Amino acid sequence: MNLFDVIGPIMIGPSSSHTAGAVRLGRLARELLGEPVVAADIGLHGSFARTGKGHGTDRALIAGLMGWQTDDARIPHAFEHASHAGLTFHFEMVCLGDSAHPNTVVFALKGQSEGVLRITGCSVGGGRIKITEINGFPLELTGDFAALVTLHQDRPGVIHSVTGILAARAVNIAEMRVSRRKRGSTAVMVIDVDGAVPDEVVSEVAVLPQILAVRRLNPVVE
Amino acid sequence: MEKLSLSAWLDEANASTLSFGRFCLQTQALELELTEIELSERMKQTLSVMQQAIAYGLTGVRSTGGLVGGVGLQLQQYSTGDQAARSLLGPLAAKAAAYALAANEANAAMGKICAAPTAGSSGVLPGVLFAIAEDRGINQDDLSVALLVAGAIGMVIASRASLSGAEGGCQAECGSAAAMAAGAVVDLLGGSPDQVGHAAALALKNLLGLVCDPVAGLVEVPCVKRNAGAAIIALLAADMALAGIKSVIPIDEVIDAMATVGRAMNADLRETGLGGLAATPTGLECAERIFGAKNHPLE
Ligand code: SF4
Repeated sequence: MNLFDVIGPIMIGPSSSHTAGAVRLGRLARELLGEPVVAADIGLHGSFARTGKGHGTDRALIAGLMGWQTDDARIPHAFEHASHAGLTFHFEMVCLGDSAHPNTVVFALKGQSEGVLRITGCSVGGGRIKITEINGFPLELTGDFAALVTLHQDRPGVIHSVTGILAARAVNIAEMRVSRRKRGSTAVMVIDVDGAVPDEVVSEVAVLPQILAVRRLNPVVE
Repeated sequence: MEKLSLSAWLDEANASTLSFGRFCLQTQALELELTEIELSERMKQTLSVMQQAIAYGLTGVRSTGGLVGGVGLQLQQYSTGDQAARSLLGPLAAKAAAYALAANEANAAMGKICAAPTAGSSGVLPGVLFAIAEDRGINQDDLSVALLVAGAIGMVIASRASLSGAEGGCQAECGSAAAMAAGAVVDLLGGSPDQVGHAAALALKNLLGLVCDPVAGLVEVPCVKRNAGAAIIALLAADMALAGIKSVIPIDEVIDAMATVGRAMNADLRETGLGGLAATPTGLECAERIFGAKNHPLE
């Protein structure tokens, strides 16, 4: 926590969790998709479902999916902008049970390329967020750091190869997490780094044989 | 999070014979790895967002949920012009209250604001600071230093207690905002570091125990009008401190008490929209009107 967390953030109201946090969740989801969102099915759970409309949570999520910042004055009109940008969306209320955080959103996103990306995330208070699941893989992403995310085959040496590439480019790892569904199948790795992830790292990681997909994430907590 | 101590900072400022604002400028610039000029520029940008929020609110905007809107303008019209004398508060305090209402109405209407310390309590600092700045002809440089004082007080509260209604009730939001504003004003008007601490303590004590009970779970009722109340308490606390009145309980201990009180609060009274004003017949009726009976917060 620093001074700018107390005198700030500068944001579109009314709520840091239901508005600013929602923008950040949308933006991180868009970064994970790695291309402009063409279609979004969005499920709202708990307080997001109950009070989201009055907080502009729906518009904030769409603003985030278009890559906007939390202080973008266009947020109240995000729906109109989305239709111009060729983004179709649909909201529904979902019930994820008592164990889910009360401010949870579930995205099913489509870009130009094949396939649907499913992302679950929640707004944990004060504008801070957490992505908790991607395509069924549990993981934790807060958007505080620049990050490298990989989907890869769960084989010995993959992690070593990726961290080797980061080391060769003098990128310092702040934290890393790996999650897999069962041994030897596919796994997801999140590497938070200090500073930014250089282009070369992304292209070098992408051509490693076991890598199925790689994404570079920019921090969404300004 | 490391526990900070406002008293320790105030003592350091005293020992270095700096005003608390100057002390904050020096120490925070170091901490954030910025020059003092860069930090002060950032604060000025923030002030300009605050000022625009007041102006937007004074256009009479209505909130997204439709429960609030136009009251900042209403109080301003009542307390200025030909009949200004009828305002019981007098021009300065009435202006602070009107501005606080307006800035928080801007928040409720999806306007651009600075969460200071939170979006729900984002009217208090703009209200107090700009009313005084206009009344006393204070420039942006001095105001930006005052904002740093507010920030330092808020950081101590965040580290020892909380700034979130969901964790500590509204005492943590509007109470903290009042403490931050009171300390900022005292520094702005030339008070000593000790007086800054007493002002913050006196303000927070007056809002201790305040619950968070937003109607329909929205940042509208009672939030907007509480911003006005917190602004007035901040002015009162600043006046008392500048008059030499002391808080018997020192600021750090008041903050610790706030943390204890927050923990003792039932979850219904911590932003869930299930207790207090939210659970009154009218509060429930508002919720039903906005969300329909099916999505009632109580279900
Ligand atoms: S009542 Fe709750 S939501 Fe409203 S300002 Fe106070 S703490 Fe924030």
